[in-house]
Amino acid sequence: MNTQPIIQTHDLRKVYGMADIAVNALDGVSIRIDPGEFVAIMGPSGSGKSTLMNILGALDRPSSGQYILAGEDVSNMSKNELASIRNRRIGFIFQSYNLLARTTALKNVMLPLLYDEDNHLSAAEREALGVQALASVGLAERVHHQPHELSGGQRQRVAIARALINDPVLILADEPTGNLDTRSSYEIMDLLHELHGRGRTIVMVTHEPDIAAHTQRTICVRDGLVVSDGRDGAEGCTSAASDPRQQRQEVSP
Amino acid sequence: MTRTEVMHVAWEGVTANKVRSLLTMLGIIIGVAAVIIMIAVSAGTEATIAEQINSLGANLLIITAKRGTPGAAQTLIYEDAEAIAAEVNSIIGVSAEQSTPSLVVKAGDTSLEMTALGTTADFPDVRDVAVGDGRFFAAEEVDRKIKVAVIGYGLAQDFFGAQDPIGQPITLGTTKFTIVGVMAEKGVVGDVDYDGRIYIPITVVFQNFTTSKLANDRVRTVYAQAENQEVIDSVIVQIESLLAHRHDVELDNPDFIVQTQQEIIDTQEATTSAFRSMLAWVAGVSLLVGGIGIMNIMLVSVTERTREIGIRQSVGAKPSDIRWQFLTEALMLSLVGGLIGVVAGVGGSWLFGQSGDMRTVVVPSSILLAFGSAAMVGIFFGYFPANKAAQLDPIEALRHE
Repeated sequence: MNTQPIIQTHDLRKVYGMADIAVNALDGVSIRIDPGEFVAIMGPSGSGKSTLMNILGALDRPSSGQYILAGEDVSNMSKNELASIRNRRIGFIFQSYNLLARTTALKNVMLPLLYDEDNHLSAAEREALGVQALASVGLAERVHHQPHELSGGQRQRVAIARALINDPVLILADEPTGNLDTRSSYEIMDLLHELHGRGRTIVMVTHEPDIAAHTQRTICVRDGLVVSDGRDGAEGCTSAASDPRQQRQEVSP
Repeated sequence: MTRTEVMHVAWEGVTANKVRSLLTMLGIIIGVAAVIIMIAVSAGTEATIAEQINSLGANLLIITAKRGTPGAAQTLIYEDAEAIAAEVNSIIGVSAEQSTPSLVVKAGDTSLEMTALGTTADFPDVRDVAVGDGRFFAAEEVDRKIKVAVIGYGLAQDFFGAQDPIGQPITLGTTKFTIVGVMAEKGVVGDVDYDGRIYIPITVVFQNFTTSKLANDRVRTVYAQAENQEVIDSVIVQIESLLAHRHDVELDNPDFIVQTQQEIIDTQEATTSAFRSMLAWVAGVSLLVGGIGIMNIMLVSVTERTREIGIRQSVGAKPSDIRWQFLTEALMLSLVGGLIGVVAGVGGSWLFGQSGDMRTVVVPSSILLAFGSAAMVGIFFGYFPANKAAQLDPIEALRHE
């Protein structure tokens, strides 16, 4: 099979600071993610998974190495080009939802359309798209609600609708269930499964093994390197000793 | 992002915190209103002065004593006026003026406290005022110090009502006069109420109403009317050399001033324009302060809304989109402030004109100037915060609490 990968990186490196005090947040990451995959990226804090996530999301540029997103080399793009990539190619889902306050669900969902220079949709057409996206995440009844009038799970669904509106090639979810109770977490995971079932490519950063277990494939990052990649990668990734946060969570119940 | 979308988003930003936006605009509102009102007041003053001077009469030369000239004859005297009338060519008439001190004027059952104006027979012609009823006093009456008086239209009403004032007695202080004429209605020009005046021969002022025996022939002003516009320069030269000779002073250091109406208007304008430029500075400073207020609040706003900026960036807002959003917001603050300022300025000018004795003329270009300055202030002081917002790193911005 010779499909074009959604994500293809070659030896991605990210160095913070300079000379003596330089820190290699990423120390040569090469991964390939194909269309339709549902992948978890795991790793303890400080492992470089956030840095990897930021680069994959075109929020940041690598110090060296190459990142090809759906056939486009985004490694050396300008700020404006990166903004356009984020707008057209990537849909973000954040742990803290990141919805605009005092703004209705519909307007939040339509936000990416506002910054897309290539769409020449009328206001009515955009609104129709927004309503449709909200309906697809089960929020048809909540179109004109503001974030503070919605539950955490509902807010995250608004964020998912926003991520979908520009029909991106990649959905990037950063700890999407981190702020949610167990029930809402399962609802959101079900929704992500549904999107995956419809052919979406989803990359999800998480440190919770049971959330990672929902995916087909787990990429484990530690000290800026991919240490494992595959179906059973979660085990070694979350060893208690390597992640203090993980340790606490294991002790508490 | 289209222009209307940018405006819409910026407008939401402005209206999200209405009280704060209004307070921010206050500086601009005051600045713009101040510019318009100050220019209206000085334009009103200028118009009053010009009107007053133009009302003096055509082709008029105004001769006054220069105050505080050391040596030489200190004053302009009645004989100077007589000499000008007798010796200078190409003049139609000369009138001299000197006022009495404040007097109780009594006629019929009414008495008023006021001053009378002593002048000469040429006054109505030279100063372009018409006699309504009766006549003005004649040159002979001036020479012979006859106690006759001509009163203004309004005074005639005040003293005599419907009765005919001609031939009636009128008492100024303790001196009795006979009314020989009533001036035609003229109203208030500049700050002179022509209808409330009383005219008597200037020689009677010297004889009966001057306290100092030494300076009892002093005149305040001599007006000389030239035949036409073309001879004015020659008339000035003649008057100057005549007076220099009579006063025994050098022509380049005279103790008198001969001015045309235009020169007086120009002098007054120079004074008011100095005043006006000072006011413009005051107004400019308040606009500047308003601009700094806008910059301050925009900087606060950028910091407060860092997360919002991060969210917008994450869904594809370019630095230029963010810059435009905040610049438009600053511009809206200053333009809405400017608009309110224009309304306040025009309204304030009108109120000033209505309430006090200050006259105001709203100058259209001042509205443009003030509004334009407000817009410039918005762009100038909005750019720095907007640029700061545009340069934010999306990762940092998203992490911002």
